[in-house]
Parts: sequence; C-alpha cells; structure tokens
Amino acid sequence: MKTIADLKIGERGIIVNFTDEILSLKLLEMGCLPGTQVTMTHIAPFGDPIAVKVSGYILSMRKDEASSIVVA
Amino acid sequence: MKKSPKIALIGNPNAGKSSLFNSLTGLRQKTGNFPGVTMDKLIGKWKLEAGDDAEILDLPGIYSIYPKSVDEQVVINILANPQHPDYPDLAIVVADASNLKRNLLLFSQVRDLGIPTVLALNMIDVAENQGIVINSVKLARELNVEVAEVNAKKGIGLNGLRLAVNKTLETGFNSNDSLPMEYSSEMVDEIKDTYGDTDDYHALLWLSEHDNLKQFDAQQRIGFDKIQEKYGWNTQNAQSKETMARYAQLNEIVDNCLHEMPVEEEATNSWTDRLDKVFLHRFWGYFVFLGILFIMFQAIFTWATYPMDLIDGGVASLNEFLKSQLPATKLTDLLTDGLIAGIGGVLIFIPQIAFLFLFISLLEETGYMSRVMFIMDKLMRRFGLNGKSVVPLISGVACAVPAIMSTRSIGSWKDRLITIMVTPLMSCSARLPIYTVLIALIVPEKSTLFGIFNLQGVALFAMYLLGFFMALISAWVMKLLLKAKERSYFIMELPSYKGPRFAHVMLTIWNSTKAFVFEAGKIIVAISIVLWVLASYGPGDSIEQAEITVKSQNPTLSGIELDNKIAAQKLENSYAGHFGKFIEPIIKPLGYDWKIGIALITSFAAREVFVGTMSTIYSLGGEVEDESSTVMNRMRAEINPETGKPLYDTALGFSLLIFYAFAMQCMSTLATTYRETKSWKYPAIQFFYMTGLAYVSAFIVYQLLS
Repeated sequence: MKTIADLKIGERGIIVNFTDEILSLKLLEMGCLPGTQVTMTHIAPFGDPIAVKVSGYILSMRKDEASSIVVA
Repeated sequence: MKKSPKIALIGNPNAGKSSLFNSLTGLRQKTGNFPGVTMDKLIGKWKLEAGDDAEILDLPGIYSIYPKSVDEQVVINILANPQHPDYPDLAIVVADASNLKRNLLLFSQVRDLGIPTVLALNMIDVAENQGIVINSVKLARELNVEVAEVNAKKGIGLNGLRLAVNKTLETGFNSNDSLPMEYSSEMVDEIKDTYGDTDDYHALLWLSEHDNLKQFDAQQRIGFDKIQEKYGWNTQNAQSKETMARYAQLNEIVDNCLHEMPVEEEATNSWTDRLDKVFLHRFWGYFVFLGILFIMFQAIFTWATYPMDLIDGGVASLNEFLKSQLPATKLTDLLTDGLIAGIGGVLIFIPQIAFLFLFISLLEETGYMSRVMFIMDKLMRRFGLNGKSVVPLISGVACAVPAIMSTRSIGSWKDRLITIMVTPLMSCSARLPIYTVLIALIVPEKSTLFGIFNLQGVALFAMYLLGFFMALISAWVMKLLLKAKERSYFIMELPSYKGPRFAHVMLTIWNSTKAFVFEAGKIIVAISIVLWVLASYGPGDSIEQAEITVKSQNPTLSGIELDNKIAAQKLENSYAGHFGKFIEPIIKPLGYDWKIGIALITSFAAREVFVGTMSTIYSLGGEVEDESSTVMNRMRAEINPETGKPLYDTALGFSLLIFYAFAMQCMSTLATTYRETKSWKYPAIQFFYMTGLAYVSAFIVYQLLS
C-alpha cells in the first residue's frame, strides 16, 4: 500500500483513502479529498515533516500523518 | 435594517482577512477582549451608507467550524450562540480565489448556520497567474449569495462589497437550501425541545461540539452525551460525512464557475518555490534562521540602546528638576524616588519590546515563520515540544505573557501545556537590565574573547542560551512525566511568501507595546511605591531611634560619614530591613545578604523591579555622598562586612545571575498561565519548579565559586 510518505520529491499521486479516521477530517478540511492529485515538494532536514502541493497550495504534515493517506 | 449592524469577517488563515479588515476600517479600529477569553479582539468601523457605521469584527482564521485548537474555539463560541454579544448580523466570508474549493467549505458552513452571508473573492490576481478564471456572477447565482470581487491588500472593490453587504442586510437570509448531509430529524427535534428552538444546523453543531461551547453548563453537556448515545451519534464520523457531502456539492458548483487554463508549471509560485529551496534546505535553512535570530538580537541589544539611553536620561533629568524645584519633603521623595523612578523602569523597555514585535510580526506576515516551524519540528519533538513551540519560545525573549498566549495555535494539549510551562525560562526583556548590571559588575569591560568579541556581550549571549537550554531540558523532563491520551499533529499550510503590510506591522507593534506598558506598568509602579514606604518607615519609633543610636555610638563622626551611617541604620530598622533580615538565613547559602533579600522579595511580583529596588536601597543607604552615581557604582562600592572585600564578587554575581535566569518572578506570567490552563495547579507547579531550580542552581554555583 503506497502512501504519501513513500513519495519522492517531485513525485505525484492521487489520494485514494485514509487509514486514520481522526486525522481524515482535518485532512479533508484542508482540501485533501479522495481523487485529488498531490505532489511531494519538500522533505524537511532529518526527513520529517514533509510538504506536498495539493489543490493549489503547499501543505505540511509529519511523516506518520502522511503515511495515513493512501495514494495510487 | 439595524442602526449599526455587526459584521464578522470570517475566512481561512492567509485568505486576506486581516488585509481586508485594515482596508475597510483604516485606523478606525480598536482592540478589546472577547468575553471570558484573553484573546485580542479587533473591532473597526466601516461606513455603509450615509450616517450608518457598521461594526466590523475580525475573527481568527479557521478552516472549518469544527475547532482543532483553542484559537479556533473562539470563533465557534460566537457563531454557535445567537445570544452571544458578538453574534454577527452579517458575515463576510473572505475566500482565496486561488484555492476556491477549500475556502468555500467554510463559506457553506457559515451560510448554513443561517447567518446572512456575503462572499468576498480575494486574490483573483494570484488565481489568474495560476490560470484560474472564476465567473463570479455565475458563482453568486449557484451559491445564492452576493459575491464581491476584492483586492484586499490594495483596497480595490470595496464599493462593490459595500453594495453587496447593503443588499444582503436588506433582504436578510435567503438561502432555503437544505443541509447537504443526512441526519435524523427526530434527533434534531429532541435537541430543539431541550435546548431551545433553533435551525437544524445549529442543533447539530451543538450536539457535536457541546464540550467546547461555553454556552452550555455541565448538566446540559451530560444531556447532549445522552442524546448522542440514544441515536448512536458519532461526531467524528458525522463531521467527515458532512465534509464529504459539502465537497460533493461544491465540486459541481466550482466546475460550473471555474475554468483552468494551462500555464507553464514554472510560472506558478516561482518565487515561493525558489525561496523555499533555500529556507527549507538542510544546511542553509538553519543558517538563515540563525542569521535572522542574530540580527534580531543585535537590534534588541545594540540598536535599542540609543532610544533607551534617551529615555533613561529624560527620566533622570526630570527627577533632578523636580527635586530642585519642589520642597525637600517625604512627598517629594515618594514622587521622585518612588513613582517616577518606577515609571522610568517601565518606559525603558519600550524600544526593546517594539523591536522584538517588529521582527516577530515581520516573520509572521511574510510567511517565513511557518518555514521555521517546518524545519524545527523534528528537533523540538525530541524534547516534548512541537514545531509550533518555536514562536512562543522566541517571543518569550520579549515577554512571557504574549508568548504564552501565542501557544493557542498549538493543537495538542500536551505540547501546548509543556510549551506554556517552559516558556518563562526564556530570558525575557525584564531580565535584561538585571543581567546588564550584574555582568558589568563581574566581567571586566575591556576583556575580549579571541580578541574580537566583547566578553560582556558573550556573557549576555550565554545567559540567553542558558535559559533556552534549560527550557529544553525542562520540557524533556515534563514529556516523560506527562501522560497524554491524545496525539499531536502538524497538518498546516505553508503559505506563499508575501511582502509585509507596513500598516499592519506598525499596528501590531503599537498594540503589543501598549499592552506591555499598561499591564506590567501597573505592577511595577505599585511595587515601587510600596517598597519606598516599607524602606522609609519601620515598626514603632525604630527609625528615629536609629539616628540616636548611631550618634551615641560614634560621637566623633560628623558630616557626610555620619549621615551615611544614619541612613544605613535607618534602612536596617525599616520594615523592608526586617523582611530582608527575616529571610537572610534561607538565602545565606546562595551568598546573599539582607539587602539583596529585600530585592528578591520585591522581585517575586515582577523581576524588573530588581534594579529599581537596588537603587532605592543603596540610595537610601548612602544618598548624600554622590547624588548622581549609578546603581552599578553603588553596588560596586558595597563591602562584605565579614571579609572586608567587595560584596559583589564573581561567586555572588554568578549566583544572582543564575537565580534570576531561572526563578519564576512574574505575577503577570502566573496569571496568564492560570487563564490559559484554567487551573491553579499549573501556575503553582510552574512557580515551584522554576524557583526550586533557581535556588538549587544558584546554591551550586555559589558554593563552587566561593
């Protein structure tokens, strides 16, 4: 199962679903909808957190949060 | 139409809400407090029609009406309660056109609460640069509200917005759309029967967020829990489903009204991308951040000294002038040595506070602060903190009070609590004059490190580092002690870089500085007066006795020497002297005498009175000799009666420095901790752990060095 945490910089993915119910509401409100394209844009020094481009803006999240978003 | 309608500005963070507020109200704005919370509330006036002023309320930025942090709860508490004094007659939802769908989510929630709503479409130029074209006429029809295109920063489109607001105020709420999600009408009816008639969406909001809503008491909250149980309501699930349903509806609308033109990938956000390559770099990112901190400290400790010297000199010459003009009575002494000296002690901080807030608001305005959070998160997490703890910790260098208040954006309670508990260990500006005086006493002025750095400056910097590292260590210990049920998260927007708005920065500086002067000022002035009284009077006739005793013991002395002896004896016999003697046994192991004891006691209300207390004590104890000599010279001249050497040697100096670096000596901070944690437990813990830390550290330092 591939998640956002597995993406390399510049790599794209389409959100399929979420594995963490509590986080999913916050992510939905921030525009991470199933079917939306995400692009990995930044990985912080020490590998965590990460930032992705989603629906036209840059969203940062921790690696364990990113691994709750399944992408295809 | 109401005489002066209340209009709330609502929108996502970074959608341009504050810019619009400033454009609408100009300088006709004031800050206040939301009832029951200590968050700044910005209210301004906006002329709607001839003679009619609308009251504009700028609310904190939110992504949805379901709060995830304390600052978001403020908004929900207003919107959920139609009886709330700030409940708006109309809402202007400010939307970032370059990210329309996400912004419309909040809009649709606000509209469904039954508040007459106008949509202000901002940042259309940004959207067009990304190839996004929005048909706002069509959008207005689809959403069934007035839509105004504005450029909040440049103040364009305000007339159109005014027309839209007037029209909506006249027609009132006109959306008859049903809610997009499914729910049990039987359950909603039961809520309405129990808690008062309202619309369906308010009822559902109460049901899911009742624990965060101040309008309900404990009994009512239990009632909501029972309804949740009865109907098998799962808040998390319901809110997710609602959000999905809203997006499904909005998808269709946005598809109809928005056209995306292909643009070259390179052209979009190129500036932000290029800057982020540097600012988020594994090496240059930290390099830039440290560089900015370095410039900030330079500004605070070097540039600010010029205006500070001016203020200091001004207060001193005012004092001298009054002393020469007014009759030499006790009342004159109270006015000059007590009151004006106290006020001067507050005013002198203004340049440093202003510089600090200048930097902080610049960093926040430009969008750089969230990059700092991004690169610091992993490091801070090791210590039980969070990337967002960086802002409170940096602000703590100015003053712990606004710093603790800025922890509200931290979503996790445990991270937030730890940040609140350790922020006062950061060396605030009130410690600066104490550091300055003590370092000047124990570090030779001419000495340098490696021949370039002034050793006094190095010592000062070391004190700040000491505070910072102690904050990290304490946070790490608390992380081990505190058991948290909830997890912390770090989902946040990295906004594109923007130029700072000059007016907004200036307004922040003005409001913050004003708050500091009045809040801290009250305490300092009161303490100065109380201290002066305590040091000038004693129990019974002990003060008068002092003069007789000294004269009879030293029959050969006369003139200045005699006067000095009498003054010192008077101080020793005063109430303050008795207090100092009383605690002397406790502070003796740290190397302090009863005179320092007086300063310690007064410092427990606010540490900034230390220097003032020292100058009061030593001027009362030897005032005739040299009226113009500074506190530093007086302290330097103080002799340890036991050894015959100067009292302020290296051991005592470092012991005092360490004590003041760690001790919790600020009533305002404790009061703020109480307000932010809603419990006396945490300020009590804060007081005892910090003061205990100070005592033990100062003891070790003194015993090692002496």
